[in-house]
Amino acid sequence: MITIPYLTALTTYFSYGLLFVFGQLRDFFRKIIDCWSRSSLQGYAPICLGLEDFYVRRLYLRIQDCFNRPISSPPDAWIDVVERVSKDNNKTLLRTKNISRCLNIGSYNYLGFAAADEYCTSRVIESMKRFSPSTCSTRVDGGTTILHTELEQRVASFVGKSAAVVFGMGYATNSAVLPALIGKGGLIISDSLNHNSIVNGARGTGATVRVFQNNTPSHLEKVLREQIADGQPRTHRPWKKIIVLVEGIYSMEGEICKLPEIVAICKKYKAYVYLDEAHSIGAIGKTGRGVCELLGVDTADVDVMMGTFTKSFGSCGGYIAGSEELIQYLKYTCPAHLYATSVSPPAAQQIISSIKVILGEDGSNRGAQKLARIRENSNFFRSELKKMGFEVLGGNDSPVMPIMLYNPSKIPAFSRECLKRNVAVVTVAFPATPLLLARARICISAAHTREDLVKALEVISSVGDLVGIKYFPAEPDKQQLEDGRVKME
Amino acid sequence: MTPKTSAHTYSIHASYQQRPLQLSVLHPPPRLSLREGTSTEFLNCVTLAFDTPSARAVVFGVNIGGHLFVEGLLFVVILFLLSRKSYKPPKRPLTKKEIDELCDEWVPEPLIPAITEEMKYQPPVLQSAAGPHTIINGKEVVNFASANYLGFVGHEKLLESCTKSVEKYGVGSCGPRAFYGTIDVHLDCEARIAKFLGTSDSVLYSYGLSTMFSIIPAFSKKGDIIVADEGVHWGIQNGLQLSRSTIVYYKHNDMESLRSILEKVTHKNERAKKLRRYIVAEAVYQNSGQIAPLDEIVRLKEKYRFRLILDESNSFGVLGSCGRGLTEHCSVPIEKVDIVAAAMGNALAAEGGFCTGSARVVDHQRLSSSGYLFSASLPPYLASAAIAAVDVLEDNLDLITKLKKNVATLHNGLSDVRGLEIMSDQQSPIVFLRLRNSTGSVKGDLQILENIADRVLKEDSIFCVTSKRSTIDKCNLASGIRLFVSAAHTEPDLVKAYESFKRVTPLVLEGQ
Repeated sequence: MITIPYLTALTTYFSYGLLFVFGQLRDFFRKIIDCWSRSSLQGYAPICLGLEDFYVRRLYLRIQDCFNRPISSPPDAWIDVVERVSKDNNKTLLRTKNISRCLNIGSYNYLGFAAADEYCTSRVIESMKRFSPSTCSTRVDGGTTILHTELEQRVASFVGKSAAVVFGMGYATNSAVLPALIGKGGLIISDSLNHNSIVNGARGTGATVRVFQNNTPSHLEKVLREQIADGQPRTHRPWKKIIVLVEGIYSMEGEICKLPEIVAICKKYKAYVYLDEAHSIGAIGKTGRGVCELLGVDTADVDVMMGTFTKSFGSCGGYIAGSEELIQYLKYTCPAHLYATSVSPPAAQQIISSIKVILGEDGSNRGAQKLARIRENSNFFRSELKKMGFEVLGGNDSPVMPIMLYNPSKIPAFSRECLKRNVAVVTVAFPATPLLLARARICISAAHTREDLVKALEVISSVGDLVGIKYFPAEPDKQQLEDGRVKME
Repeated sequence: MTPKTSAHTYSIHASYQQRPLQLSVLHPPPRLSLREGTSTEFLNCVTLAFDTPSARAVVFGVNIGGHLFVEGLLFVVILFLLSRKSYKPPKRPLTKKEIDELCDEWVPEPLIPAITEEMKYQPPVLQSAAGPHTIINGKEVVNFASANYLGFVGHEKLLESCTKSVEKYGVGSCGPRAFYGTIDVHLDCEARIAKFLGTSDSVLYSYGLSTMFSIIPAFSKKGDIIVADEGVHWGIQNGLQLSRSTIVYYKHNDMESLRSILEKVTHKNERAKKLRRYIVAEAVYQNSGQIAPLDEIVRLKEKYRFRLILDESNSFGVLGSCGRGLTEHCSVPIEKVDIVAAAMGNALAAEGGFCTGSARVVDHQRLSSSGYLFSASLPPYLASAAIAAVDVLEDNLDLITKLKKNVATLHNGLSDVRGLEIMSDQQSPIVFLRLRNSTGSVKGDLQILENIADRVLKEDSIFCVTSKRSTIDKCNLASGIRLFVSAAHTEPDLVKAYESFKRVTPLVLEGQ
């Protein structure tokens, strides 16, 4: 739940309204001009409908230099951002030879495995020489190497389940596994802020989908009771099964899932829990085992555990961990296992090695240090930001911390000003967030040193003053602020 | 009421009637007593009875007659009824206790069905790279299970460029393209592929399977029309479903069926002209090894004004004199195909996929394609591998000639295996064998085929696989044994393979 001041809500609506009106005006003139030059598309409907990409043409393109910034280095604590120029009012951007060295507080490099690592990299290259970068084959054909079987065992024991299956892409893990688990006559209850891969996966199942308020166990219970009592729509037959989909850390909110309460409710109502730990696995918990470890939830209570290797492990792909039977079944039915090229062997090796480092099996305590550092860094950064008066979302220990911007004009302003001062930040706006709730998102890494963080804080603070996003006074008096704010869901 | 009392009442009425009343014009007063009674008299009596209560009432100078009184009464009743709420069965929401009971009673199905024997299938585990020869269970086998068409698995140049890339960029990209996940090699790779195919730009996806299921919903929305081949692979099927468009399937690789469907969809359908219309096809079908007749499809698409989405996963780097795919093979200019997509996990021996087309097509995807926007980008070393692969391909066109020769050799060798027939096209790099005489059940067929593949592997060290199909796959083409031919296979490898099939197949079939 985010509360937004009345005045800010008003100015934000006004800004979008202004952009919309001007966009429409320009579209109108464009139409008149285009009348003279009839296109050759006779008989074809336009491939992108006019209103469909209005947002893109009239809003996004103006600030597109804030997104898709190319880099020419690993996405480590410091990155080389390639400068781009535009000769047509930001419609197209051209890469230049210039680079600027920036502090990276945008990548999901939670444990700092993005860059070359003393333990992992040599092993990755060795595996590449032995197994080649690709198997050119699906897992059920010739795509299962000894690396893949080792990886699956390691992942299973790391997350605390009896078996696991890995896929080459995190997004496809969700969108290809869900259709195998549930179909017509089933019910999916999904958190309102779940990632697009889950949304698309749920849509692909043919099951009914209901949504509960973000991270609100009481609302989940209400929905569950209603749905079990009502049964399927129209026929009122009882549901075949119910799967509740939640994420460990909500990537746009930085919020940690209230897993113990949700698991208790699901147990009570016999619903299955599907936990997506894309952002939480490796990043939180004492030994990096994710949200279950952090909140003391028994992994036996979570039926399907999903996660990705892109973030904390610095590799690519995703996994599903669960009971022996579940994995056997998925290996028999899941299309991503049957039809997609298997995980690239060097990437598999990177995951194996990074898990070894996290668990201290490499013979050093670097893993434990990394985990301690990301926790310290996150909590330090969050508390400092709050002290400065920024509106920061998310809970303690979470390495993801969104700073609210609200006004659309503040998105490019914040991003460009930070880049000028050599700090690379990520800004997120509609459609990834609700229209009013544009934000900057900071992802803290274990690779950041204290000096890095202090520099980032200095820059963010000065830009924050410039742009005007310190919505709280420097030492916030909470009681007073709660009044006079609209509740936003 | 007894007749006596009623007679008495009427006599009273009669006495009222002696007074002059205006109303008597309308209702002539019955002068008659009940004794002379006929039915009309009775009626008159009833009228009189109604007139009685207000017989002398005058309101605002108007005499209130009996019928007005009755009408007034009716009006009041109607008003009364109207004022009532319409009848609804009493709504009694479930009480908390009842819901509790329902929740207790509800027994869900298990998350997964019971595990059967066939679900326990374990694929062979490779102990070395999936090159033309690989090691399974400590034994070297000839690999026909990997789509390593150009033999780039383990290629020196690719390894070199990947190693450099890993040293420079690390393994993963740690973010989606929008958020510092765009590494310069991604852009270089996009430009390289576009240059190779002769298009303006291309866009990279991090997973071959997700390429098609992201592209289709990006371009086709609810209400739009898609005509697709019934044999398309699951990635496309999923994309079709996610797009929520109107989907019509035509018979597998049957141009007559396609033509009649296009005719049916567009004929006298004015609305269809305003909708976006697409044909979706694969260049070389993964599920059958057949090659789509692109020139015919393009002719039809232009006639009926459809756009074409073509999946070149198994033809890119394989067909055509320079490996540019089906467009080159059929000498169709690439601009005629609106959207071309391909997985890079086959001929290029990398991973991920790409999509190319006009600048508009590419730019639109960068902002509306879910697999591009919401997924971490391709690991940079795989982009480097793809660049290196295209470079090597361009410099070594003899790889394609070699591959074509190998395909022809294997195709000829396998064409007269007793009990099996070849389903795939003569030039397809996937040689697809199916049973000449089906057992009638999909499972039974698959079992026989699997037995053949097993024995071929165990006895002759030829590693090939059956086409396994997911239970959620809607494709219903016959299953078969798939052999992926590679340019790196040697003549003896191919001979060994078809000789093995010739020997083993009759043994297995007779053993049935």
